Amino acid sequence: MHSTASVMRFVLIMTSIVAMLLAFLQNGLKSKHDTNEAIYSKKATLGAIANHLSIDYSQISDEQVEEIFGSKIKQIVVNSDGEKVPEEKVEEKGYKGGLAESVDLAKEHKKPLDEKLLPLYVFTKDDGKEYYILNVRGKGLWDAIWGCVALEDDFNTIAGVSYDHKAETPGLGAEIKDNKAWVKQFIGKKIYDGDVFRSVYVRKGGAKDPVYEVDGISGATITADGVSKMLAKGIAEYEPYLKKLRG
Amino acid sequence: MADVAVVEKKEAIKFGKKERKLLTDPLDDNNPITVQVLGICSALAVTTGLKNATVMAVAVVFVCVFANTITSALRKSIPKQVRMIVQLVIIATLVTVVELTLKAYAFESYKQLSVFIGLIITNCIVMGRLEAFAMANRPYESSLDGLGNGIGYGIILLIVAFFREFFGKGEIFGAKIIGATPDYMINTAESAWLGWYQYNNLMVLFPSAMFVIAVLIWAHRAWNPKLVDVS
Repeated sequence: MHSTASVMRFVLIMTSIVAMLLAFLQNGLKSKHDTNEAIYSKKATLGAIANHLSIDYSQISDEQVEEIFGSKIKQIVVNSDGEKVPEEKVEEKGYKGGLAESVDLAKEHKKPLDEKLLPLYVFTKDDGKEYYILNVRGKGLWDAIWGCVALEDDFNTIAGVSYDHKAETPGLGAEIKDNKAWVKQFIGKKIYDGDVFRSVYVRKGGAKDPVYEVDGISGATITADGVSKMLAKGIAEYEPYLKKLRG
Repeated sequence: MADVAVVEKKEAIKFGKKERKLLTDPLDDNNPITVQVLGICSALAVTTGLKNATVMAVAVVFVCVFANTITSALRKSIPKQVRMIVQLVIIATLVTVVELTLKAYAFESYKQLSVFIGLIITNCIVMGRLEAFAMANRPYESSLDGLGNGIGYGIILLIVAFFREFFGKGEIFGAKIIGATPDYMINTAESAWLGWYQYNNLMVLFPSAMFVIAVLIWAHRAWNPKLVDVS
């Protein structure tokens, strides 16, 4: 039997060694982790306009993501009053660099509407056509879901979407990310009925309206409802700015 | 004066029959999943695709081997009163190393496995081997035991993942084999001859892993009658 003192000594030495080891590793890999996170979210942004890229999205490399972001995408941050927020103001709120990509969406989501920063990406296709990519965020069955919605330059037609989730069930709720055919349904849907904002609705049992609805996912009603709510609320936040652009 | 100090007899490090048994036993007669029914939780969770299952299997092999070796090397100095906690710290450290490394070098897998990598800590196989084997054996034998058990777990994981991915998504390692493609709606020539297979979505869901593992346990016993419990 070991004495209490020797047990304490053993535990103390062991924990310090472990703590040191892990701290070194964490620090050493930190920059790599950060680049990975950044590329991952940039890739998700490009996912919304996958059809309009000149390269195959499923084969895209990290360098290509950076290149497209550097040359073809303009990043702006707007607020719910429809005004552009200058980079210095964004930086003041604690986002280094002040670009749209630096905005922490999870943090902004919790803020009241008039304080929210809304990142917006403008992608210029090779033929000069512009696409506007909005960030939306909501709640699925288990945890957060979020996505990017790309609008064509009429600010009405959806050019593509990409969704992601934190903890939806594989095969059910996770289909919003994994099922490419389901995601494709959103392409070409409209968000305005005349001048009235209408958003796109995920209809359980099959879309009834060819312009404003898409099919639901069987077994994932709550996640699908979450998508509907997320789109209606998320796109509406950008509406003042979109209205200005429409003129 | 005669030297009375008892010198502990050191066995040479060799790879003989006994060592081979350490390595092969967990693959068949003493498989952690189909015979001991340990580590079922993660076997249900990460077997939706072969890619995830492979990463998980490699991670568990790594943790098993090193946790066993380190614990065994420290076995004489670990105070008995806190041995479980010490084992847990060793496992947790290794798992964190795996997690940080994956996050840096295999980010896609890290995102998909997310919480399950952390759950290796609670994987009964790792803890069980430390308590049952590494605390009583030399590092060399312990590392072999860890390797055997890790692989024994990994093989079952891959078999289950193969069935679930193939029948649930029509894919193997993410490559489409049968069933409709995402372009099915556009109805290409390809989807006409591939599209006859209707995915069985149940295979993607967790209950199917239960069925597949149960069938595996049955098949394993049918093939190796020694395992059948006659009592």
